[in-house]
Amino acid sequence: MHEMGVAMQIIEIATASIPEDMKGARVERINLKVGKLSAIVPDSLGFCFEIAAKETQLEGAELVIEEIPVTARCKDCDNEWTIDSPVFSCSRCQSGSIELLSGRELDIDSIEVKED
Amino acid sequence: MLTTGYQTIKNYHHHENHKSHHTHDRKTAAGGPEIESRGTRKIKVVRRVLDANDIMARKNRDFFKDQNVFVLNMMSSPGSGKTTTLEKTLAHIMPDIKSAVVVGDICTTNDADRLSKTGVPVVQINTDEFGGDCHLAAHVIEKSLQGLDFENIDLLIVENIGNLVCPAEFDIGEDARVVVLSVTEGEDKPAKYPLMFRVCDAVLLNKTDLLPYLDYDREAAIKYIQQVHPGMPVFEISARTEDGFEEWLDWLKESITAKLGR
Ligand SMILES: Nc1nc2c(ncn2[C@@H]2O[C@H](COP(=O)(O)OP(=O)(O)OP(=O)(O)O)[C@@H](O)[C@H]2O)c(=O)[nH]1
Ligand SMILES: [Mg+2]
Ligand SMILES: [Zn+2]
Ligand SMILES: [Zn+2]
Repeated sequence: MHEMGVAMQIIEIATASIPEDMKGARVERINLKVGKLSAIVPDSLGFCFEIAAKETQLEGAELVIEEIPVTARCKDCDNEWTIDSPVFSCSRCQSGSIELLSGRELDIDSIEVKED
Repeated sequence: MLTTGYQTIKNYHHHENHKSHHTHDRKTAAGGPEIESRGTRKIKVVRRVLDANDIMARKNRDFFKDQNVFVLNMMSSPGSGKTTTLEKTLAHIMPDIKSAVVVGDICTTNDADRLSKTGVPVVQINTDEFGGDCHLAAHVIEKSLQGLDFENIDLLIVENIGNLVCPAEFDIGEDARVVVLSVTEGEDKPAKYPLMFRVCDAVLLNKTDLLPYLDYDREAAIKYIQQVHPGMPVFEISARTEDGFEEWLDWLKESITAKLGR
């Protein structure tokens, strides 16, 4: 829904992450981690990114999205498991006292910059 | 797909201990294995894209703490009854609890007009420079605070944009979140929008006055809520008749007292 805003943030962060000695080099790839609980729709993010990256160092860069599953830890029995249906209680002891370990990511993991 | 200049890869590998993860066999757009050393340098970034929002939310939270004001973020699908619930709620708690409202109604001033009639200061938010009309971001809240006199405010209620998706992702610096779910929506909304129901502290199951006219299975709705967020309080209310308001108002007052210590 707010993919354009996210695309612009990605461009800002990626641009700021280019090392001094590579200023002006072309960014070929941006590796993202997107949790399954995140509201981002990869298709529209890709579309918005393409538009927003026009005439920047990131023009034509490829967005690679790694989907991260929802994982949790039970605070009662320490069980760790992957949540793949909308049921957020412990898979071993049924406790509802859990902590999410992953699944909410919307992270830039790395960028790949062309060397001349 | 390739015309959009990106690709989705689902090559996530999960270890048995569910602790570490890595990717493997990554394919490039051309379909071949990726060669990292071919004239490109990989630079680790590891930053949250919504970092800027989180930083601003933290700033807001500090400000609210400083001003000794309790902030409630109210969310729901469009039309679930946020404004109506607020109108009725404010009528009950004013003037004991000095309140103010920030309302994110993008196209009209209807909600602000309705809420102003309750006599509380109302700030209407019109645009979201973050790029959409779909949620209120922390910096938008920060700007809306300028016209408010926090000397005379104990409770600030934010009526978020009607949307069960994005507002759940944007921390605005609030102390508590409630989601209004009306019985005219499907019972399985919590299962379809789990993040919203995970991040909220309570559910207002609204429009219960309509139950006699509907096939709504309230037990199924509550079961879905409890599956997504075990133990979360569910207040079954009618903003129209004020049925069930007592428990909701008690919860609200207790939450405020817990922060402000009075
Ligand atoms: N029968 C009945 N109708 C209600 C109740 N609460 C709200 N409504 C009606 O539902 C409609 C939408 O209510 P609002 O309070 O404007 O909903 P909202 O969530 O603020 O809507 P947006 O801000 O547009 O997302 C209005 O026609 C209300 O009169 C209720 O408890 N019972
Ligand atoms: Mg409203
Ligand atoms: Zn357990
Ligand atoms: Zn949004």
